[in-house]
Amino acid sequence: MKKPLPQLGVRGVLAIIVTTAFSPAAQAQTDSGGSPPSPRPPRPPYTAADVHFMSGMILHHAQAVVIAGWAPTHGASQSMRALCERIVVGQRDEIALMQRWLGERHEAVPEADASHTMMPGMDPSMMMPGMLTPEQLAELDHARGTEFDRLFLRFMIQHHQGAITMVNQLFGSQGAGEEEGVFRLASNIYADQVTEIGRMQRMLAVLVLQERNP
Amino acid sequence: MESALTVRGPLRSLSLAIAVFSLAACASSSSSAGERLSTPAPGKDARVGLRAGLMDAGQAAWNLRLVANTPPSEKFVGVTNSDLSFIGHYVIQGNYNGFEVWDISNPARPTLKIGYLCPASQSDVSVYRNLLFVSGEGMGGRLDCGTQGVHDSVSAERLRGIRIFDVSDIANPKYLANVQTCRGSHTHTVVIDPHDTANVYIYVSGSAPVRSPNELPGCVKAPPDSNPSSALFRIEVIKVPLAAPQQAAIVSSPRIFDSLTEAPRHAEAPEDIAAAAQAAAAARARGGFTASVSGMEYVLPPQFIGPMLDSVVRTRQGTGAPTGADSAALRAAIQGIVDALVGATPSGTKNGVRPGPSQCHDITVYPAIGLAGGACGGYGLLLDIRDAANPRRIGAVADSNFSYWHSATFNNDGTKLLFSDEWGGGGAPKCRATDKPEWGADAIFTLADDRMTFQSYYKMPAPQTQFENCVAHNGSLIPIPGRDIMVQGWYQGGISVFDWTDPAHPKEIAFFDRGPVDSTKLASGGSWSAYWYNGYIYSSEIARGLDIFELKAGPLVSQNEIDAAKLVHLDFFNTQDQPKLVWPASFAVARAYLDQLARSNGLAAPRVAALRRALERAEKLSGQPRRDALTQVARELDGDAQGAGDQAKVRMLATAVTDLANAQP
Repeated sequence: MKKPLPQLGVRGVLAIIVTTAFSPAAQAQTDSGGSPPSPRPPRPPYTAADVHFMSGMILHHAQAVVIAGWAPTHGASQSMRALCERIVVGQRDEIALMQRWLGERHEAVPEADASHTMMPGMDPSMMMPGMLTPEQLAELDHARGTEFDRLFLRFMIQHHQGAITMVNQLFGSQGAGEEEGVFRLASNIYADQVTEIGRMQRMLAVLVLQERNP
Repeated sequence: MESALTVRGPLRSLSLAIAVFSLAACASSSSSAGERLSTPAPGKDARVGLRAGLMDAGQAAWNLRLVANTPPSEKFVGVTNSDLSFIGHYVIQGNYNGFEVWDISNPARPTLKIGYLCPASQSDVSVYRNLLFVSGEGMGGRLDCGTQGVHDSVSAERLRGIRIFDVSDIANPKYLANVQTCRGSHTHTVVIDPHDTANVYIYVSGSAPVRSPNELPGCVKAPPDSNPSSALFRIEVIKVPLAAPQQAAIVSSPRIFDSLTEAPRHAEAPEDIAAAAQAAAAARARGGFTASVSGMEYVLPPQFIGPMLDSVVRTRQGTGAPTGADSAALRAAIQGIVDALVGATPSGTKNGVRPGPSQCHDITVYPAIGLAGGACGGYGLLLDIRDAANPRRIGAVADSNFSYWHSATFNNDGTKLLFSDEWGGGGAPKCRATDKPEWGADAIFTLADDRMTFQSYYKMPAPQTQFENCVAHNGSLIPIPGRDIMVQGWYQGGISVFDWTDPAHPKEIAFFDRGPVDSTKLASGGSWSAYWYNGYIYSSEIARGLDIFELKAGPLVSQNEIDAAKLVHLDFFNTQDQPKLVWPASFAVARAYLDQLARSNGLAAPRVAALRRALERAEKLSGQPRRDALTQVARELDGDAQGAGDQAKVRMLATAVTDLANAQP
């Protein structure tokens, strides 16, 4: 296991200073434009897979925000409303973070307006893993009370599992997930949503038990 | 200052010089600002509306004095500062680029001993004797400490796990070994087994996805149901032989989450719980069956109970209608049946997802009481760690207001446990006026007979802007005897010192805060960790370097209490390896208790005054006369305890005075 520590070359030191010293705060990334002269081409700070993940997750989150926002108008229980409110606030903040990340890199920034992912006949390329189909959306929108709770949990578990799939796809892509902001966000989404799936599965189990009531 | 720091090329060193210069200015002006703010205007929190800026942000302080702010050294500027560890008169500050060692012999002027470039997130750091341990989790960490990252999705050059350094000569750390783990190491905890002096243990926590088996053989992504070797749903325990640390290796991977079905408390909305309990009580009165799931009661319907009663009849090889004895038998078994039903995965386990936490974010061990608090996914766990290599879960709590359990802190006598919730992962603004005070907060539990009981939430109370990442983060106890006081970092929410002696009513007693790093957008910054170490509070500022604070005396904390806290001396300190705090016999400790009795009216004011005079007289004596005087005071205190409002505190004071008497030469 013993690894002799190699001498870090001057180039390595310069590279790290170049990529970090000028950023406005603790981001390991500078914005583009006006790069200082570098002893060698700077490594690509992020990959197409990172961009695909960030923009796809904006659409994915946008749908979650919309359907979680239905809880108060669809007769959800108090526990369900608390869960939904946290999903709305949490995922809205993450959308802002992803939009900022893309914007700072002059990448296309998808709108977080979910309406175009809600329509029948929408662009299938916008369907990220786990997202509700138009039929599922309609079914949920028509449900009220306990029926809404039950359907919401089922669909949101599916939705969260899709997000886990997206994270796994990201880390399975060559060079992806190495940029600090992407790694941190993807790891957070993974940890948060796995946790939330556990919570929702418990809530669903309880509802299934209740449903046997006359 | 922000614009200066964005200057490119040769002007860079100039901008750094300016930064350092203004920091010095900030530090020197901070005490007057602190004085001015020590009585905040009623109705408005001094932390609201502070000017933005990286190195020149507005500051607000209350009962804390900024002693020094030291920006990161050159190779670490602009890169995230992370956790802290302490050894002797050094503080080791983790950074996503490696770690920095600061000499804090003079806390007003910390000096850089070495900045060690070795990139890895989060570079969580711990020390033990001559060893330094550093966590690596990100994809770009390299075995050779290179700064070029790792671009291949599978690579033999990647380090995710624990790096081990020999810091016998702290100015020249020697990179000894690595221990690679399947999920990397987000955080880790050094565990000292009092019965095993030849080794030290490390609990590794990692919340990132599992790496490829092609990169690290044996790493399995599939859930344990389909592959028992799964790297999910377990922690890793590394054993480090002190005589041969390069032989450090994983010795166990305890599945501390297995069959985690204990009904979590405080997990449902109170109105739901109350309604369900009412319905259940009514049903039971009618002879119905009920069961409890996750702290909530349910009436079990006839179509659920009927077939079960029939099977009870069949089991005793009987026929006909179930008897009263059959009903009684089922009634005794029904909760177990329902537990099994709900504990089973209710729906799909696609993508390796099943209920329960698959990892811990952080574990705090308290070897003196043989317990650890694990902040693990959606649960707070209580672990028995008397066998350090094989921790065992003995309790679990959940909470509907908690998003992601982040870390744990015991109070010193082990009767309370505080968990924090890092809602949003630390990069999000969760302290806005619109964010609920119970979300992204601390939850305080009492701990008795290995059972945790929820008492209250604590959240740094000042609303922050949308441009400030803010949520509960790392903190430690401040060793004031007789009180549970904690200092905690809240990222850009600053530092909050609070009293949780009364677990149902935690109360803030000091704070420090700066304005946002950036006035136009969220730029990461703030206090990652704020820990007390040998008399000062050290805070790792993500973007602004190392902050050092002194606690100031006032109505909420007396000088005697601070003096007593400063008597506790540690040779080294890893916050997640919680040491038992012990105070030497001293007049300061006795007076700290007296101050507390005066503050709480726990003893009549004239008696407090008389005891102060008696202690003063005793202190002027020496040898046997002082011993006799103190023994006399202790005897009087035994009598005082009877009629006192706070008998327990009077007894603590009596013990402190007796110890003091016995300590006289």
